[in-house]
Amino acid sequence: MSVRTQQRPKVSSDEPDVVKVGRTIAAGARLRPIAMSLLAIAIVIVVWELYKVVGPEDGGEYFGMRLLPRADDVSMPHIWSIFERYWQPDVDVAGGSTVAVAVLQGMAFSLGVAGLGWLIGVVVGLGLAILMQRFRTAESGLLPYVVLSQTVPLVALAPLVVGWGGQLKFFGRPWEPWMSVAMISAYLAFFPVAVGVLRGLQSPAATQVELMRAYAASWWKTLVRLRLPASVPYLLPSLRLAAAAAIIGAIVAEISTGTKGGIGRLIIDYAQAATGDPPKPYTAILGAAVLGLVASALVGFIELALRRYRPVEARG
Amino acid sequence: MTTAATADRAATAAPAVSVRQVSKTFSGRKGQAVTALQDVDLEVAPGEFVSLIGPSGCGKSTLLRVIANLLEPTAGSVEVFGKAADQARRDQDYGIAFQQAGLLPWRTVSANIELPLELHGVGKAKRRARALELLEMVGLADFADHRPDQLSGGMQQRVAIARSLAESPQLLLMDEPFGALDEMTREYMQVELVRICRETGAAVVFVTHSIPESVYLSDRVVVMSPRPGRITEVIDIGLGDRTESLREADTFFTRVTEVREALRGPHAAAQALGVEAR
Repeated sequence: MSVRTQQRPKVSSDEPDVVKVGRTIAAGARLRPIAMSLLAIAIVIVVWELYKVVGPEDGGEYFGMRLLPRADDVSMPHIWSIFERYWQPDVDVAGGSTVAVAVLQGMAFSLGVAGLGWLIGVVVGLGLAILMQRFRTAESGLLPYVVLSQTVPLVALAPLVVGWGGQLKFFGRPWEPWMSVAMISAYLAFFPVAVGVLRGLQSPAATQVELMRAYAASWWKTLVRLRLPASVPYLLPSLRLAAAAAIIGAIVAEISTGTKGGIGRLIIDYAQAATGDPPKPYTAILGAAVLGLVASALVGFIELALRRYRPVEARG
Repeated sequence: MTTAATADRAATAAPAVSVRQVSKTFSGRKGQAVTALQDVDLEVAPGEFVSLIGPSGCGKSTLLRVIANLLEPTAGSVEVFGKAADQARRDQDYGIAFQQAGLLPWRTVSANIELPLELHGVGKAKRRARALELLEMVGLADFADHRPDQLSGGMQQRVAIARSLAESPQLLLMDEPFGALDEMTREYMQVELVRICRETGAAVVFVTHSIPESVYLSDRVVVMSPRPGRITEVIDIGLGDRTESLREADTFFTRVTEVREALRGPHAAAQALGVEAR
């Protein structure tokens, strides 16, 4: 018991205070990004309107090239006229719904389709990553194809997928065009998950892997207890990238296949009205941008749920 | 009953570790074979503390990993308490600790210690009780629900040692567990380890770079030399009770000198590079 007289390394007893201070900082830090994004939006509006004031109406032509865009109301409608357009009817029919309703419906449709594509992409990406971690031959065999899959231009692929889909039956039901859109969306979404999670699964330190072996833990138990939790910091940014990719995939697929119902179709439909109704295309484009933000926010909830697995920045 | 008791006695009679004619060859790049261990014989009695010391690349960590069945020997046999090494690993007959604590940052200190028990199906209440008992033993009872990153390096290492004791093994395998600690913490941890060994009666195979550490802790110091890795000398320490004053005793320094000279060996002093003479 001479041990008790030994000098123990000093242990700080003021940890609760540290935690408290940390929390106050965290609360302030949470408001900051919101303020910053509001500021960013304000800057875009100011620059847009400022250019309309100082920019040449017919665009700036120098050395025989048009270098500055036109600043007239047809090319660049006022921000407020874009927002006014939301509350006006979609088509010039009495009692018709407003543009806002049409854009929201389109967003909801695209979000649903992209969400399904995201989910399929995440499951497939996770499965591929686990397969590649488990079998080294699978990694060297599959990874080049995973990378190659993303170099095929999506616009070329989309009509093909729709074409194949047209000949398919799905549990006795006909293959709907939106299913093709979801497939294309999944095709883009799986990639960041597969690559990111593979790195995450391979991230545990040699010591931790040896420990699991010393405990005679099976591959499955090592996966569940060590590799999957360790891959969460890699998974979260992958999920975010996958969400963005799924939205882009859905919109591009809708545009290139002309699938009805989504925000992609609205973008082309409204673009055709641009000459007579300049603010209209911007309503759909803004809708698509907001859709990306919504998807990102939804992934934010997943991050919140998994925050205990996040790496710790400062090591004591 | 009687058969179980006899079997038990037979098990305790067997040496904690028995390494016979073990060689380990790694196939390096360009097909070149690197001999990490050649014809190594080592026997560790139950409750005995044996240090492996030698310059970098002498195969001391490889030998530890072969005993732990983390590596398969190319030739020779390894037995732990009379069982084949892989059986001993599956039966959790040894506890292991490395230079890195290797704690899982998403688990609390207590949950980290519970991990091996959890993997082997011990009930929740039982493993929690065991974790608290072990935390008490390593002097971290107040930190059960802390995260590993809230702990200092020395405290993390103590958690790792507690974890290695979770299954009450009669053999501890330690690969430079104090290598990353500062000198003060290191000496403190050595005292703690001596006490823990006394309390648990476990045999220890301890890999280290430090001559004084090996002398202070061990019953025997096994000196190894590289290319190919082999045992060159075994030195009986026999210093008796490990007290703080032992560090200043003449007998202690005699043994330190003995180990240092064994490390220099009949070979060139160049081989002793990489051994810290602290």
